[in-house]
Amino acid sequence: MNELLDLASGFAAACFMAAVLLALVRLFRGPRAQDRVLAFDSLYIAGMLTLLTLGIRARSAVYFDLALLIGLFGFVGSTALAKFLLRGEVIEP
Amino acid sequence: MTEPTLSAWVAIPAAILLMLGGIIALIGAIGLLRLKSFYARMHAPTMGATLGAGCVLLASMIVSSTVTHRAVFHELLIAAFLTMTAPVTAILLMRAARNRTGM
Repeated sequence: MNELLDLASGFAAACFMAAVLLALVRLFRGPRAQDRVLAFDSLYIAGMLTLLTLGIRARSAVYFDLALLIGLFGFVGSTALAKFLLRGEVIEP
Repeated sequence: MTEPTLSAWVAIPAAILLMLGGIIALIGAIGLLRLKSFYARMHAPTMGATLGAGCVLLASMIVSSTVTHRAVFHELLIAAFLTMTAPVTAILLMRAARNRTGM
């Protein structure tokens, strides 16, 4: 049954990598800045899911920490970008 | 190192959850690329961020609990974090877009 799980995790990793590529296309094409921030937001989530899927494939717990870190810093980054678009300043006095 | 063979009761649900999560996230990304306006594009990748991530995290919990022979729950951390942070970013981004386009 290991072959089935390897096949499924390979398929899922390919899907998430394709999602990363599509988000990259939107990141470069996006007509306005908010489209680019939205593309970045979905890009880091797809990258995090790719890492989790590779962790299932390798049966290793190391990938989980990397995924958690990507989730944390991606949230901070996209929220700072959205706040900058909203007010022109990230941290207001 | 020879890795242990997973039983069918673990491998089949995990495989189904993984493939479902991948397809859902791919549909969300295609929607992000192809929809016409920003407000329509806003909602497409949230499907991958909630349902796709939920499927993958559940599959990861099942597989790692079986491999390590004990209950592994720390994937719930990512799930809780995603459900807390995704609406915050969405609200800020939507408000910024509304301000910038002057609706």
